[in-house]
Amino acid sequence: MSEGVKKFLYVNRKAPHGTIYALEALEVVLIGAAFEQDVSLAFLDDGVFQLVKGWDTSELGSKNFQPTYTALGDYDISKVFVERESLEERGLTEADLLELTYEDEDDDWAEKSSIRVVSREEMAEIMAENDVILSF
Amino acid sequence: MAMLHIVNKSPYETGTLESCLNHAREGDTVLLIEDAVYAAMKGGRAANALSAAKGVKFAALSADLKARGIGEDRIVEGTAVVDYGGFVDLVVANDKTQSWL
Repeated sequence: MSEGVKKFLYVNRKAPHGTIYALEALEVVLIGAAFEQDVSLAFLDDGVFQLVKGWDTSELGSKNFQPTYTALGDYDISKVFVERESLEERGLTEADLLELTYEDEDDDWAEKSSIRVVSREEMAEIMAENDVILSF
Repeated sequence: MAMLHIVNKSPYETGTLESCLNHAREGDTVLLIEDAVYAAMKGGRAANALSAAKGVKFAALSADLKARGIGEDRIVEGTAVVDYGGFVDLVVANDKTQSWL
Protein backbone atom coordinates (compact mmCIF):
# COMPACT_ATOMS: atom_id res chain seq x y z
CA MET A 1 0.00 0.00 0.00
CA SER A 2 1.58 3.28 -1.07
CA GLU A 3 1.99 6.12 1.38
CA GLY A 4 -1.07 8.25 2.04
CA VAL A 5 -3.50 5.72 0.64
CA LYS A 6 -6.01 4.45 3.13
CA LYS A 7 -8.36 1.54 2.79
CA PHE A 8 -11.94 2.80 2.89
CA LEU A 9 -14.88 0.45 3.33
CA TYR A 10 -18.40 1.67 2.67
CA VAL A 11 -20.86 -0.55 4.54
CA ASN A 12 -24.39 -0.72 3.13
CA ARG A 13 -27.06 -2.29 5.33
CA LYS A 14 -30.30 -0.67 4.18
CA ALA A 15 -32.79 -1.50 1.43
CA PRO A 16 -32.78 0.96 -1.49
CA HIS A 17 -36.05 2.91 -1.45
CA GLY A 18 -37.31 3.03 2.15
CA THR A 19 -34.66 5.51 3.25
CA ILE A 20 -32.22 7.90 1.59
CA TYR A 21 -29.18 5.97 2.89
CA ALA A 22 -28.51 3.91 -0.27
CA LEU A 23 -28.52 6.92 -2.58
CA GLU A 24 -26.44 8.98 -0.18
CA ALA A 25 -23.90 6.18 0.13
CA LEU A 26 -23.48 6.09 -3.65
CA GLU A 27 -22.94 9.83 -3.76
CA VAL A 28 -20.27 9.66 -1.09
CA VAL A 29 -18.58 6.66 -2.75
CA LEU A 30 -18.33 8.51 -6.05
CA ILE A 31 -16.96 11.63 -4.37
CA GLY A 32 -14.50 9.54 -2.37
CA ALA A 33 -13.35 7.71 -5.50
CA ALA A 34 -12.04 11.01 -6.87
CA PHE A 35 -9.48 11.10 -4.04
CA GLU A 36 -7.69 7.99 -5.26
CA GLN A 37 -8.04 5.99 -2.09
CA ASP A 38 -8.38 2.21 -1.87
CA VAL A 39 -12.15 1.82 -1.88
CA SER A 40 -14.26 -1.26 -1.18
CA LEU A 41 -18.01 -1.63 -0.82
CA ALA A 42 -19.77 -4.06 1.49
CA PHE A 43 -23.39 -5.11 1.18
CA LEU A 44 -25.00 -7.02 4.03
CA ASP A 45 -28.35 -7.34 5.81
CA ASP A 46 -31.04 -5.46 3.81
CA GLY A 47 -28.24 -3.72 1.91
CA VAL A 48 -28.10 -6.71 -0.46
CA PHE A 49 -31.50 -5.59 -1.83
CA GLN A 50 -29.71 -2.57 -3.35
CA LEU A 51 -28.01 -4.87 -5.84
CA VAL A 52 -31.07 -6.86 -6.94
CA LYS A 53 -31.40 -6.05 -10.63
CA GLY A 54 -34.49 -4.88 -12.50
CA TRP A 55 -35.61 -1.80 -10.61
CA ASP A 56 -38.47 0.19 -12.11
CA THR A 57 -39.08 3.27 -9.98
CA SER A 58 -41.36 4.99 -12.50
CA GLU A 59 -44.43 4.73 -10.28
CA LEU A 60 -42.56 5.94 -7.21
CA GLY A 61 -41.80 9.27 -8.81
CA SER A 62 -38.18 8.97 -7.72
CA LYS A 63 -35.03 8.68 -9.76
CA ASN A 64 -33.91 5.18 -10.66
CA PHE A 65 -30.33 5.35 -9.40
CA GLN A 66 -29.59 1.69 -10.07
CA PRO A 67 -27.53 2.44 -13.23
CA THR A 68 -25.12 4.36 -11.00
CA TYR A 69 -23.99 1.09 -9.42
CA THR A 70 -22.88 -0.21 -12.81
CA ALA A 71 -20.76 2.93 -13.24
CA LEU A 72 -18.66 2.15 -10.16
CA GLY A 73 -16.19 0.19 -12.27
CA ASP A 74 -15.45 3.35 -14.27
CA TYR A 75 -14.35 4.95 -11.00
CA ASP A 76 -11.82 2.14 -10.40
CA ILE A 77 -14.00 0.52 -7.76
CA SER A 78 -13.40 -3.16 -8.26
CA LYS A 79 -14.16 -4.65 -4.84
CA VAL A 80 -17.82 -5.13 -4.05
CA PHE A 81 -18.28 -7.63 -1.23
CA VAL A 82 -21.72 -9.19 -0.75
CA GLU A 83 -22.48 -11.33 2.29
CA ARG A 84 -23.69 -14.82 1.42
CA GLU A 85 -25.74 -15.34 4.60
CA SER A 86 -27.61 -12.08 3.99
CA LEU A 87 -28.49 -13.24 0.46
CA GLU A 88 -29.58 -16.69 1.64
CA GLU A 89 -31.75 -15.34 4.48
CA ARG A 90 -33.64 -13.31 1.88
CA GLY A 91 -34.02 -16.10 -0.68
CA LEU A 92 -31.54 -14.47 -3.06
CA THR A 93 -28.63 -15.83 -5.07
CA GLU A 94 -25.82 -14.15 -6.96
CA ALA A 95 -27.93 -14.60 -10.14
CA ASP A 96 -30.39 -12.02 -8.78
CA LEU A 97 -27.71 -9.35 -8.59
CA LEU A 98 -26.60 -6.65 -10.98
CA GLU A 99 -23.59 -7.43 -13.12
CA LEU A 100 -20.88 -5.08 -11.91
CA THR A 101 -17.61 -5.10 -13.81
CA TYR A 102 -14.28 -3.30 -13.95
CA GLU A 103 -11.36 -3.36 -16.34
CA ASP A 104 -8.25 -4.91 -14.82
CA GLU A 105 -5.27 -2.76 -15.76
CA ASP A 106 -2.87 -5.53 -14.64
CA ASP A 107 -4.48 -7.99 -17.04
CA ASP A 108 -4.62 -6.13 -20.37
CA TRP A 109 -7.81 -4.32 -19.29
CA ALA A 110 -9.80 -7.55 -19.24
CA GLU A 111 -13.38 -7.03 -18.04
CA LYS A 112 -13.96 -8.77 -14.71
CA SER A 113 -16.75 -9.03 -12.17
CA SER A 114 -16.46 -6.70 -9.18
CA ILE A 115 -18.85 -8.72 -7.06
CA ARG A 116 -17.36 -11.11 -4.55
CA VAL A 117 -19.78 -13.11 -2.46
CA VAL A 118 -18.20 -13.72 0.94
CA SER A 119 -19.19 -15.47 4.15
CA ARG A 120 -20.14 -13.60 7.31
CA GLU A 121 -16.80 -14.62 8.78
CA GLU A 122 -14.95 -13.20 5.78
CA MET A 123 -17.01 -10.01 5.98
CA ALA A 124 -15.89 -9.55 9.59
CA GLU A 125 -12.27 -9.95 8.42
CA ILE A 126 -12.77 -7.41 5.63
CA MET A 127 -14.12 -4.91 8.14
CA ALA A 128 -11.13 -5.52 10.38
CA GLU A 129 -8.66 -5.04 7.49
CA ASN A 130 -9.89 -1.63 6.44
CA ASP A 131 -8.57 1.64 7.91
CA VAL A 132 -11.79 3.64 7.72
CA ILE A 133 -15.38 2.38 7.79
CA LEU A 134 -18.24 4.55 6.59
CA SER A 135 -21.67 3.17 7.44
CA PHE A 136 -24.92 3.69 5.60
CA MET B 1 -6.43 -4.10 15.53
CA ALA B 2 -9.45 -3.69 17.72
CA MET B 3 -12.63 -1.98 16.66
CA LEU B 4 -15.22 0.02 18.57
CA HIS B 5 -18.72 -0.82 17.36
CA ILE B 6 -21.40 1.74 18.17
CA VAL B 7 -25.03 0.61 18.24
CA ASN B 8 -27.97 2.99 18.80
CA LYS B 9 -31.10 0.92 18.07
CA SER B 10 -33.19 -1.16 20.46
CA PRO B 11 -32.52 -4.88 19.90
CA TYR B 12 -36.26 -5.42 20.24
CA GLU B 13 -36.99 -3.17 17.27
CA THR B 14 -34.24 -3.97 14.74
CA GLY B 15 -31.62 -6.64 14.02
CA THR B 16 -28.81 -4.08 14.16
CA LEU B 17 -27.25 -5.36 17.39
CA GLU B 18 -27.49 -8.95 16.20
CA SER B 19 -25.74 -8.06 12.96
CA CYS B 20 -23.07 -6.19 14.87
CA LEU B 21 -22.46 -9.18 17.14
CA ASN B 22 -22.25 -11.43 14.09
CA HIS B 23 -19.35 -9.33 12.80
CA ALA B 24 -17.57 -8.29 16.00
CA ARG B 25 -14.28 -10.06 16.60
CA GLU B 26 -12.36 -11.01 19.70
CA GLY B 27 -10.93 -7.94 21.41
CA ASP B 28 -13.54 -5.58 19.94
CA THR B 29 -15.80 -3.40 22.08
CA VAL B 30 -19.50 -2.75 21.53
CA LEU B 31 -20.77 0.56 22.89
CA LEU B 32 -24.51 0.76 23.44
CA ILE B 33 -26.01 4.24 23.12
CA GLU B 34 -29.49 5.75 22.77
CA ASP B 35 -32.16 2.99 22.52
CA ALA B 36 -29.49 0.28 22.29
CA VAL B 37 -28.91 0.60 26.04
CA TYR B 38 -32.07 -1.51 26.50
CA ALA B 39 -29.95 -4.46 25.32
CA ALA B 40 -27.95 -4.30 28.53
CA MET B 41 -30.93 -4.78 30.85
CA LYS B 42 -30.79 -7.89 32.99
CA GLY B 43 -33.39 -10.54 32.24
CA GLY B 44 -34.05 -9.37 28.69
CA ARG B 45 -33.64 -11.59 25.67
CA ALA B 46 -30.90 -9.32 24.28
CA ALA B 47 -28.86 -9.66 27.47
CA ASN B 48 -28.39 -13.34 26.66
CA ALA B 49 -26.87 -12.37 23.31
CA LEU B 50 -24.42 -10.12 25.13
CA SER B 51 -23.42 -12.93 27.49
CA ALA B 52 -23.00 -15.30 24.54
CA ALA B 53 -20.58 -13.00 22.69
CA LYS B 54 -17.30 -14.33 23.97
CA GLY B 55 -14.20 -12.15 23.78
CA VAL B 56 -16.22 -9.01 23.03
CA LYS B 57 -16.41 -6.22 25.59
CA PHE B 58 -19.55 -4.18 26.22
CA ALA B 59 -20.18 -0.68 27.45
CA ALA B 60 -23.33 1.40 27.81
CA LEU B 61 -23.60 5.18 27.92
CA SER B 62 -24.69 6.46 31.33
CA ALA B 63 -26.62 9.48 30.05
CA ASP B 64 -28.85 7.21 27.97
CA LEU B 65 -29.33 4.74 30.83
CA LYS B 66 -30.29 7.55 33.22
CA ALA B 67 -32.66 9.13 30.70
CA ARG B 68 -34.52 5.82 30.47
CA GLY B 69 -34.65 5.15 34.20
CA ILE B 70 -32.30 2.19 34.00
CA GLY B 71 -30.25 2.01 37.19
CA GLU B 72 -26.80 0.43 37.15
CA ASP B 73 -28.19 -2.45 39.25
CA ARG B 74 -30.37 -3.37 36.27
CA ILE B 75 -27.40 -3.71 33.93
CA VAL B 76 -26.19 -7.14 32.95
CA GLU B 77 -22.91 -8.16 34.53
CA GLY B 78 -19.77 -7.43 32.53
CA THR B 79 -21.15 -4.36 30.81
CA ALA B 80 -19.23 -1.21 31.69
CA VAL B 81 -21.14 2.00 32.25
CA VAL B 82 -19.32 4.95 30.69
CA ASP B 83 -19.96 8.69 30.56
CA TYR B 84 -19.25 10.93 27.56
CA GLY B 85 -15.59 11.11 28.58
CA GLY B 86 -15.51 7.32 28.64
CA PHE B 87 -17.01 7.29 25.16
CA VAL B 88 -14.09 9.41 23.95
CA ASP B 89 -11.63 7.12 25.75
CA LEU B 90 -13.09 4.12 23.91
CA VAL B 91 -12.74 5.87 20.56
CA VAL B 92 -9.10 6.64 21.35
CA ALA B 93 -8.34 3.15 22.67
CA ASN B 94 -9.53 1.42 19.50
CA ASP B 95 -7.96 1.56 16.04
CA LYS B 96 -11.24 2.44 14.37
CA THR B 97 -14.95 2.75 14.91
CA GLN B 98 -17.91 1.41 13.06
CA SER B 99 -21.40 2.82 13.55
CA TRP B 100 -24.18 0.30 13.02
CA LEU B 101 -26.94 2.57 11.76
